[in-house]
Amino acid sequence: MASTILPANPSKPRAGRFGVYGGRYVPETLMAALVELEHAYEAAKADAAFQAELTSLLTDYAGRPTPLYFANRLSEQLGGAKIYLKREDLLHTGAHKINNALGQGLLARRMGKRRIIAETGAGQHGVATATVCALLGLDCVIYMGDVDMERQELNVLRMRLLGAEVRGVSSGSRTLKDAISEAMRDWVTNVRTTYYLLGSALGAHPYPTMVRDFQRVIGMELKRQILEKEGRLPSAIIACVGGGSNSIGAFYEFLNDRDVRLIGVEAGGRGTALGEHAARFQGGAPGVLQGTYSYVLQDEDGQIAQTHSVSAGLDYASIGPEHAALHDSGRAEYVSCDDAAALDAVVKLARTEGILPALESAHAVAEAMRIAPSMSPREILVVNLSGRGDKDMGILARELKL
Amino acid sequence: MPIHFDHKPGLVVYLTAGDPSLEGTREIALAAIDAGADVIELGVPFSDPLADGPIIQRASERALARGTRLRDVLAVARELRAARPQSGLVLFSYLNPILRYSLHRFADDAAAAGVDGVLATDMIVEEAGEYLAEMTRVKLAPIFLAAPTSPDERLKAIATHSKGFVYAISRVGITGTQQSLTADAAVLVARIRRLSEIAGASLPVAVGFGISNANHVAQVGEFADAAVIGSAIVELVERSISKDGPGAVSRFIKGLRLTEAAPAR
Repeated sequence: MASTILPANPSKPRAGRFGVYGGRYVPETLMAALVELEHAYEAAKADAAFQAELTSLLTDYAGRPTPLYFANRLSEQLGGAKIYLKREDLLHTGAHKINNALGQGLLARRMGKRRIIAETGAGQHGVATATVCALLGLDCVIYMGDVDMERQELNVLRMRLLGAEVRGVSSGSRTLKDAISEAMRDWVTNVRTTYYLLGSALGAHPYPTMVRDFQRVIGMELKRQILEKEGRLPSAIIACVGGGSNSIGAFYEFLNDRDVRLIGVEAGGRGTALGEHAARFQGGAPGVLQGTYSYVLQDEDGQIAQTHSVSAGLDYASIGPEHAALHDSGRAEYVSCDDAAALDAVVKLARTEGILPALESAHAVAEAMRIAPSMSPREILVVNLSGRGDKDMGILARELKL
Repeated sequence: MPIHFDHKPGLVVYLTAGDPSLEGTREIALAAIDAGADVIELGVPFSDPLADGPIIQRASERALARGTRLRDVLAVARELRAARPQSGLVLFSYLNPILRYSLHRFADDAAAAGVDGVLATDMIVEEAGEYLAEMTRVKLAPIFLAAPTSPDERLKAIATHSKGFVYAISRVGITGTQQSLTADAAVLVARIRRLSEIAGASLPVAVGFGISNANHVAQVGEFADAAVIGSAIVELVERSISKDGPGAVSRFIKGLRLTEAAPAR
C-alpha cells in the first residue's frame, strides 16, 4: 500500500479537500482556469437569477422532480424491505447526467466560453452535454474511448445528431480514463477559450464539489418524497458508483441522518484480480490520478491499472474524492456487484416492474435484490435508478441472447 | 554540484527513461552530456501522462512495456552521476509513481543517487507542503513549472519555491514539437524575471515545450538562460531504435548550438 498520505498538515485545510482526499494535482497551465472556474461557480451559486434559470430548465426542460416510485411487485417477490426507485432514468436524455450538464452549461455561458469539451464513458454524460450545447448554442467536442464508442454506439449517434463532434480515443485502455486524459490535453491546449464540462464528481477542485452540488437535487427531492409517502426516512439508500456523481447526489442530503445507511455499489466486473474489475475500495490504494487524490486501482509501481466492467459508466480506475473520505470515515459503505449480477438485475427489474435500467444503475438494483430479502417489511430501501437501459441494448442482446 | 548552465544558452535534454532501454537511455544521456547538454532530465514513464503529447506518450508506453520501474530510473541516475560528476541531473515524473514508492523513500533514494532536482508535472505550489519539506530535507532542488496563463502571484510563489531553475512553459498546451515559438515565451520569461526580483529570488529560467531546432534555441537564448529539448529528441530516439541512437542525439545536440542564427533545417 502507498505509505504517503497528502497533505502534510491536515490542520490547515486547503481548497477542495474531503479529509485528506481531493485537492488539485494538475499541470500549472490549468491552474488559472481552475481558479477562474472556482470563483465563477461561487458567484453563480450565490446568484438568484442563475439558480432560477437552472431550476426552470431542470423543471420544464429536463423533467424534474423525478418520481419516487414504490416497486411493489419487486418488493413482494423479494419478500423483505419495501423498495422505492428514484426515477432519474425518466429525465430528458435518460440519466441524472443532465442535472450537472445544465448547471455547468449555464455556468460556461455566463463565463463567456463558447467551446465546450467533455469526456464520456457510457455516453450519457456526452449526450447530456451535447444536448445542453444544442440548447445554449455552444460548440461541443466529446472525447470517448474507442472501446466505449463501440459498446455504446447508440449514444455516439445521438451525440452526432445533436451536433457534437465525437473524438475517439485510442490510447491506454480506450475507456473513460483515457477519454478524461485526452479532454484534459485539449483543455491545456485551448484553455483560454474552452470550458471543460466534467461529468462526474472527479478531477481537480472545484469539480468534485461543483458536480456534487448540481446533483444534490436528487437527494433533496428524495428526502421530501419519502417523508411524504412514508413519514420516515429509509433504512438505506443504494446507488452505483463510477466516478460517483449520482451516488453523491443521492447521499449528500442524508450525511447527517446517521440512521440512514448509504451504500455505494462499485463494479465487480468478472473477477477479483487487478484488471478484472473497477472496485476501487477492494484493491485500490490512495494515489493521484487526473487531478485528484483518491483511491486508485494501480500496480505496485504506481502505474494505473486496467479495469473491466460490463457497464462503461462504472469502468474507471479512480473514484470521486468525497467517496474516499466517506469510505474512510465509515459514513458510507461500499460493496461491489459483478457483471452477472448486474445483468440478472436488468432482467428482474424489466420483468417485474416493466423498467429497463442502465447497466450502471442495475448494479444498485442488484445490491437491493441481495439485501432486501433479509430485511423486515417495515424497512425501506431506496435505489437511485440513475439511468435507463436503452443505450445498452446491443450488449444486452449479446449477453442475454435475446 | 548545484545545477549550473555553462553554455549560453544552456541546454536541458529530456529523455524518457527506459526508451529504447535502460542501457540505451544511459548511453544517449552520456552522449548528450558530451555533446554539450548542461542538464539531463530523466523522465519516469507513467501510464497516464496527461501533460504529454503523442511522442512522449509513445515513449512512455514503450518504456513501460519493457518493465521500466522508478527504481530502475534511479539506478540509471546513479550511473550517470558516477560517470559525469559535473553534469546537472533532474528527475521528471508524474506524482503517482513517486507517492506509491513513498515520497520519503523517493527523496532519500534520489538524493543518494546523486540527483540534483525533481520536477513533478502535476504538483503545484499550493499542494507542495510535504513535498517541499522532503526536497529540503535531502537538499534536492524542487523545480516548478511556470505557464503563460499563471498570474503574477502564482509566478512569484513558483519563483520563491523553485530551486535550480524555473521551468517556463513556452506556450499553452502539452509537450510536442512545433514550427515556431509564440510570443508567449518571451513575455513569460520577462514576467518571471521581474517577479523573481521582487520576491528576492534570481534563478536561471529554462524554456521548454515545443523547442525543436537550432532556430528555437537561438531565439530562446535571446531572453532566457536555457532551452529544454524534449519531444524532438525523444522522436529522434524513436526513429533511431535499431540504429545509432547516441550518435544521432549527439549530432542533433551539436547542431542546436550553431552560433550564427541557422536557417530552418
